[in-house]
Amino acid sequence: MEAVTENLDAYVDGFLTSLSIILWSLVGSLVLGLLIAASRVSPVPPLRRFGLFWVTTFRNTPLTVVLVFCAFGLPELGFNRSFFFFGVLGLVLYTSAFVCEAVRSGINSVPAGQAEAARSLGLTFSQCLGQVVLPQALRTVVPPLGSVLIAMFKNSAVVGAFGVGGDLWSTGATLTSARGYETLPVYIGVAIGYLIITLTAGALLQVLERKVAIAR
Amino acid sequence: MSEQSVLYDAQGPRARRRTRIGTVVALVVIAALAFLAVRRLIDREQFSMERWGPLIDPGNEAFDAVWRLIGTGIVNTLTAAAVAMVLSIVLGTLIAVARLSLGRPGRIPLIGLVELCRGLPVVVLVYFGVRVLDDVGVDLSGLPGGQVLWGLILALTVYNMVIFAEVVRAGVNSLPRGQREAALATGMTNGQAMRLVLLPQAFRVMLPAIISQLVVVLKDTSLVAFIANYDELLSQGESIQRNLDNPIQTFFVIALIYVAINYTLSKLAEYIQRRQGRAGRSTVQETDDTELVAVRDGA
Amino acid sequence: MHSRFTTLAATLAVASVFLAACSGGESEEAAAEPTVAEVPEFEAGTTMAELAEQGTITVGTKFDQPGFGLENLEGDVEGFDVEIAKIIAAELGISPEKIKFVQTPSAIREEVIEGGEVDMVVATYTINDKRRERISFAGPYYEAGQQIMVAADNDEITGPDSLKENPDLTVCSVTGSTPAEQIKPYLADPGQLTLFDEYSQCADSLSNGQVDAVTTDNVILLGFVSESDGDFKLVGEQFTEEPYGVGIAKGDVAFCEFINETLAANEEAYAEAWESTAGQVEGAETPELPEPQPCS
Repeated sequence: MEAVTENLDAYVDGFLTSLSIILWSLVGSLVLGLLIAASRVSPVPPLRRFGLFWVTTFRNTPLTVVLVFCAFGLPELGFNRSFFFFGVLGLVLYTSAFVCEAVRSGINSVPAGQAEAARSLGLTFSQCLGQVVLPQALRTVVPPLGSVLIAMFKNSAVVGAFGVGGDLWSTGATLTSARGYETLPVYIGVAIGYLIITLTAGALLQVLERKVAIAR
Repeated sequence: MSEQSVLYDAQGPRARRRTRIGTVVALVVIAALAFLAVRRLIDREQFSMERWGPLIDPGNEAFDAVWRLIGTGIVNTLTAAAVAMVLSIVLGTLIAVARLSLGRPGRIPLIGLVELCRGLPVVVLVYFGVRVLDDVGVDLSGLPGGQVLWGLILALTVYNMVIFAEVVRAGVNSLPRGQREAALATGMTNGQAMRLVLLPQAFRVMLPAIISQLVVVLKDTSLVAFIANYDELLSQGESIQRNLDNPIQTFFVIALIYVAINYTLSKLAEYIQRRQGRAGRSTVQETDDTELVAVRDGA
Repeated sequence: MHSRFTTLAATLAVASVFLAACSGGESEEAAAEPTVAEVPEFEAGTTMAELAEQGTITVGTKFDQPGFGLENLEGDVEGFDVEIAKIIAAELGISPEKIKFVQTPSAIREEVIEGGEVDMVVATYTINDKRRERISFAGPYYEAGQQIMVAADNDEITGPDSLKENPDLTVCSVTGSTPAEQIKPYLADPGQLTLFDEYSQCADSLSNGQVDAVTTDNVILLGFVSESDGDFKLVGEQFTEEPYGVGIAKGDVAFCEFINETLAANEEAYAEAWESTAGQVEGAETPELPEPQPCS
């Protein structure tokens, strides 16, 4: 295991870079996912169709292909940003579709009577959604949304292969091939890094689930 | 889609006008975005026949070679996904049955395994399957298809079997308790009850989830593209655009193929689920729906 | 509209004539390929005897490097490395169509040799001591040197030292390759280095402006320069020496000596191999076969 201990600083750097990819993508995909979910349930038909198109596209395309488009396609069209930006963008686009579906299934799980009651009080669509349905949906949304986000944390490893560099995944690649360490210990180190992230997130999610659990 | 949503009333004249305005605004915005995108594509000469010809013009001299590559890619992608799928269903069921029938001490290592496999990025597992196994001397090259294919299959299996174990467990637990009790009452052993009564019913309920998971597996096969050499769909796209220098066009076609395959599978899952819903399984279906979302998040 | 289609048709027609001419040239080259040894005799138990006996050989090479090893749409690999492999195979009595080429990107070359998945690796493979710990090298069969490639209109970068002066400049190379390690002393900030798993991705990123420079061995870069129709150029001097060797299983001295003798005995085929592949690039001189290093 000296491959890990000798290069602990490289691992720590990689871990922190991965964390920053994750944090940016977390914010991005939550915002975008909520927007898409709102347009999918809105009364405006073109928005609904656009939302459906978005979800169908990004849910059925491999993340790798989305990232190829971001890292090589967009610059080809004259958009030049850092690979970090493109990596996070790809991850956000991809994850937003899953966030949207998790939120939408949450909205659908709120008993119809709740929305009907809100409407009978004269609340508009946005009031009904924002003040009655979403707060209740949030509770049922937590478990599926949590697992969508944890999946995104794991998917951040794929971003490393698209020129971002320096994240946990690329650290492994650099150590094995350029510095000639054996693959097994190096990638056990990488795996531990990701496990720290996902297991912590999983534990936090459970605490959160218990907090918002409904006693219906 | 045309169904009345519970979120808003049947609209009166004013609301209809507002919706109409919203529709127009949305259409204008979407059209403007599409226009900008298309203009940019034209500016960059992305619609030239030089770039598209090999992909869409059967008269083009590269057309045959390109589609032969894509064809092999599709076959290889489907092969890896299908084999990994079958293996993960089998192993997943075994794990689930073990988890359901073992006592508390037996369960703990299983739960550990499940958490470990679920906590790792699939791409790391694929790396272990394809490169590390080889490095530590596990030789899979004797199997039909070779080392890389089986390394990939193994990695996808390890990742998905634990997800299936959870699906199967949820499926069995969702069955009415009377089912097992009745089976035991007719003199079946625990094993028989599981095999002959519980699992068949659970599988029926789980079928949509299984098909949805196939979509995830299919997408994950593309992860091998930057780890080792296996000619699946994405790798074939890379090698086409390396020769033709048309990344946007090639990957557009590749993406379209993925979407077409996966969309068909998703629709199939929905169709089966609807049919089951009609057969009066509404109680199970509700849990199943959230399960679906949770399960489809793979990558 | 109509006229545009006519132009297109004309262009295509011209292109196909051109291509036909090219492929005609290729078949001539094929005719000039090294003569396959009839019934080679080898000492029993050696790698050579084994390979001659089975009549096939598996060779690892790059699939994405113009001039050295590039896979075409038909699935055949073309380039200098490929031709070198053919020369060696011919001496073993193995004809070109019996050679199985597998893709070996920089990062996996030692692994596939150790794992026995290939009999040898001819893949722009720099001989160095770190690698010698895991495998053995025959050769070198070529002396390359690391250089820097930039867009043709870039006057800012004149060599590796420009990277230190301006930390905003980015340079691309391949994960796990020697050049990626050797450029590091010239960087002001490690963030300047972008890594992909193939050089073609670096070249793509250079052409669409995502990176300012690509660095690796001059000959690899020359291949991209010639493919780019004047969009890329090389700048500065070669700042390293990269002897390319043939990677083989560790300690196989007999096979190593056999490869060195084969290369030395086939000077003509060697020159021809160069001229029909990497040598077609402008500014590439036909090299002399370098002195082989001792086998170990």
